[in-house]
Amino acid sequence: MGLLSDPNRRRALISMLTRLNAPICVVCYFAGVAWFMGLAFEPFTLRTYMSENAMGSTMVEERFPAGERALATGREFAAHKKKVGGMPVDWLVKNMQDRGLEVFTQSFSRTLPFPDENKERYIVKGTNVYGILRAPRAPRTEALVLSAPCSPGDSNNQAVGLLLGLAQYFRNQIYWAKDIIFLVNEHDLIGMQAWLEGYHHTNTTGMSWSPLQGRGGSIQAALSLELSSDVITSLDLVLEGLNGQLPNLDLANLFYAFCQKIGVLCTIQGKLQRNDWDSVSGYSHAVQTMMLMVMKQASGRPWGDHGLFLRYHIEAATIKGVNSFRQYKTDATTIGRLLEGMYRKLNNLLERLHQSYFFYLMPSLSHFVSIGYYMPAFGLLAVILLLRALDLWVQLNTPPSTTEDGVADIDQVRHTLLSVLTPLVISHLTGVALYALPIRFQETAVEHFPVSETEAVVLTAIAIYTAGLALPHNTHRYYIMSAVPDVRGWRVLKLIAVLYLAVLLGCTALINFSLGFILALTLVPLAAFVTPHVPKVLSAFILVILSPACTLLFSVFFFQELQEMPVSFQDGWLLYLSVISQGILDHSLYGSLVYPLIALLVYPCWLLFWNILFWK
Amino acid sequence: MAAPLTLLLIVAVTIRAALFRSSLAELIAERVEVVSPITAWKRVVEGLALLDLGVSPYSGDVFHETPLIIYMFHFLVDYAEITFMVSLNKNIILKHFVVEFRKQKFALEADRYPMDSLELIRSPKEMYYIPLKVAMFYLLNPFTILSCVAKSTCGLNNAVLALFFLSTIKGNVLLSAIFLCLATYQSIYPITLCAPAMLYFMQRQYIPVNFRRVSFWWFIVQYLFMYLGSLFVLICLSFFLLGSWDYLPSVYGFILSVPDLTPNIGLFWYFFAEMFEHFRLFFLCVFQINVFFYTIPLSIKLKEHPVFLMFMQLAVISIFKSYPTVGDVALYLAFLPVWSHLHRFLRNIFLVSCVLLACSVLFPVLWHLWIYAGSANSNFYYAITLLFNVAQILLVSDYFYAFLRREHHLTNGLYLKRKDGSEATLILK
Repeated sequence: MGLLSDPNRRRALISMLTRLNAPICVVCYFAGVAWFMGLAFEPFTLRTYMSENAMGSTMVEERFPAGERALATGREFAAHKKKVGGMPVDWLVKNMQDRGLEVFTQSFSRTLPFPDENKERYIVKGTNVYGILRAPRAPRTEALVLSAPCSPGDSNNQAVGLLLGLAQYFRNQIYWAKDIIFLVNEHDLIGMQAWLEGYHHTNTTGMSWSPLQGRGGSIQAALSLELSSDVITSLDLVLEGLNGQLPNLDLANLFYAFCQKIGVLCTIQGKLQRNDWDSVSGYSHAVQTMMLMVMKQASGRPWGDHGLFLRYHIEAATIKGVNSFRQYKTDATTIGRLLEGMYRKLNNLLERLHQSYFFYLMPSLSHFVSIGYYMPAFGLLAVILLLRALDLWVQLNTPPSTTEDGVADIDQVRHTLLSVLTPLVISHLTGVALYALPIRFQETAVEHFPVSETEAVVLTAIAIYTAGLALPHNTHRYYIMSAVPDVRGWRVLKLIAVLYLAVLLGCTALINFSLGFILALTLVPLAAFVTPHVPKVLSAFILVILSPACTLLFSVFFFQELQEMPVSFQDGWLLYLSVISQGILDHSLYGSLVYPLIALLVYPCWLLFWNILFWK
Repeated sequence: MAAPLTLLLIVAVTIRAALFRSSLAELIAERVEVVSPITAWKRVVEGLALLDLGVSPYSGDVFHETPLIIYMFHFLVDYAEITFMVSLNKNIILKHFVVEFRKQKFALEADRYPMDSLELIRSPKEMYYIPLKVAMFYLLNPFTILSCVAKSTCGLNNAVLALFFLSTIKGNVLLSAIFLCLATYQSIYPITLCAPAMLYFMQRQYIPVNFRRVSFWWFIVQYLFMYLGSLFVLICLSFFLLGSWDYLPSVYGFILSVPDLTPNIGLFWYFFAEMFEHFRLFFLCVFQINVFFYTIPLSIKLKEHPVFLMFMQLAVISIFKSYPTVGDVALYLAFLPVWSHLHRFLRNIFLVSCVLLACSVLFPVLWHLWIYAGSANSNFYYAITLLFNVAQILLVSDYFYAFLRREHHLTNGLYLKRKDGSEATLILK
């Protein structure tokens, strides 16, 4: 408490902080970035280990024999799918019943707010089919889910085949202590959403679905299977769920342990792990893997069908079969054995997976970075904002005292209050417009311009976003009219804006670290340097470059680069437009929070800084 | 003065009315930061239902409000929203008057002190706006709005406390005792406000605080008689209304022994959830004595300044009480503008307000991560609770320090000189 009560030392500290403010900020920024880049360096990361006792030490012997038969079922499924031209409900029901499951169906329908051009759907109607294998060994209070999507075209037939094969094999085993639900969902995430809402009796997104006729116990864990070829070279694990939520790390550990045991190549973000961490290429490989995870998490969208389970406190992951040009192939029997092993371990769980980490980044499947290690990177960036705020506070508290007249003082306060409140209110109203108008006005836009609905929504959003930039010119007339010159105004506004940004980014980083960090990376330097006295044109250019929309544009290109699929500017722009429309759709379909966060909070906050730049 | 106040009232009522009608009201009423097991409206409704069925509302472990509250709402339940509005708004108009007295006091002070400390004494111009500021701080404080929209009975407690302040400042001994007793009846803790109230009256009636003087003891006996007498009446009234003593363990036992460990913004829940059962009684005593204990040193130090003492007591109660909510915090925060003349001596106000702001935003975020996402755990939430309370304590002690320092400057002059003539600084050790 010495520092808090001793005025001399306080004064020394504060004067040092204000004098060295700029250098300290620069150092903090680079330290933050360096820390973040260091996270991918293997000696700084931890090896993954199984924390859950119930899954750790028990031995499981996998015996699943019927891979070929599963593939045959898959082919049969494909034929029926082609014949019906969608989900072959009757065939699936009959097949699951033959395998001794309790089978139920659920139909659902949903009209999208505007057509989804990526997946070419607007009015979606579909049916989920699921069969429950009742646990013979225990009261049926808990359940596990294995799901496979019924996708259009030729993909994922093998996944459904393997699911049915596993169902048949599991049915004959006596050790199940949890119900196992085999789910074939149509229209990928929309079907999954309908099923989960039906299962938990909630309706968060306004979708219409028929109530479920049969239920198992409370779901402990779920795996979603995607498999489109008879043989595979590797299995890819997808963890990122809705709003950047991740399943418990033990689920990833479990997958990794079984891949090691059975000898299947396993990847995360489609990247194999390498052992040469001390070489440059090895390190950059780890950085790429981690950056891919960061980008995917920051997008806040579910990257597989498992993504929606996480909202219901259910640990879930998607396992994707990848067939590339590698020599060594793995057949369906082996994958079946791997899944059997995983389910048997999950079956041993005595309580929900909770022992291991929920906040982590993975530079490779065998290493992870926990929250304690990556938060300092964000903390170093956030400290900059606090230092700037402190600096502003000190400046505000030591003004050149000229007026001692009480009346003028109160006038000044009122004036400052008004001049600060106006930009705050206006920028938030712009944010509300950005959030609400694009979907509201799509019909009007389609009538008047030669665009499709989707384009109309995206272009309206971009138009409102750009229109917001004209804002300072509008609020300025007010200031010019009032006679009192305002010296404190922009400082007060900047103090508010900086603190606002700090709190906003802090909260975002807690919920979704990647999003918070990426936003901090661009917004913090901007917040630190903007004043009305910097060169206008150059700063305005930098401000626009660092705005959330441009960050998204760069992220799109960067993401493509990371995936080793670089795109031309033209394609990149189209991709950017589709990413925006996907973001809006994700919000209205699944309740993803990224779009409202950007529109209602981050964008207005950025507008405040834009306002400060053009302060007169 | 009246015009801005009316405008303020209209704005405040509009905000509340809009929120009452929106879907947010339900969400807010569930927040643990806003309602405690004692003040939750849901529980009051439950108690009313039990009462209507002819069952004692205290059977079971749902209802913990006092009998008078439930009988009041028995008649007012249909107008609940209006009641809360009225109680809140009434609150404010009252608070105004709290400040009135300071005008007179400062006028007296002006000629007593050295010339250079004159700038420490507020000009009437500044005084003029204080009631409005207090009203604004209370009515537009998001904490108050939340607690009003949640229909937390905390609003009623605050109204009673405000009435107590008003009657004390106005010098009405009987009313002051009655309202203090009502507040005590509601939540026990305000009993510590006895000391500042008595000190205030003694100062006002020029009774010296001296243990050897009969007039001192006579006044104390008088006040305590009024206070305990009305308390006795209230307790008997409750007994006759209910026909049983059920409510004593269920209300006061509940407050003192803290059986409900639902997370809130206070310090109790985590400690008592983690603690071994056989230490429970000991720590319960320690924690509860903690609330009451500060009365003694504070009254000794601040015996000349009972109004500031009242503010300090209020803050201490709302920090350390067993089921605090943001409504309690809002009550003492509303008094901060009264002490605006201390601002130049405050040292940590920036730090503290940043921490308070960040904490109040982080509460719902970490709650979401803990309860809904399941990825964080109770430690995250408790860390924020702890930080929030540390910030509050820092805030209060900062005001305390600033007050003492101002007193020092008032007697010794604003610009202190060392013996050798150089400028001196005050250091708190």
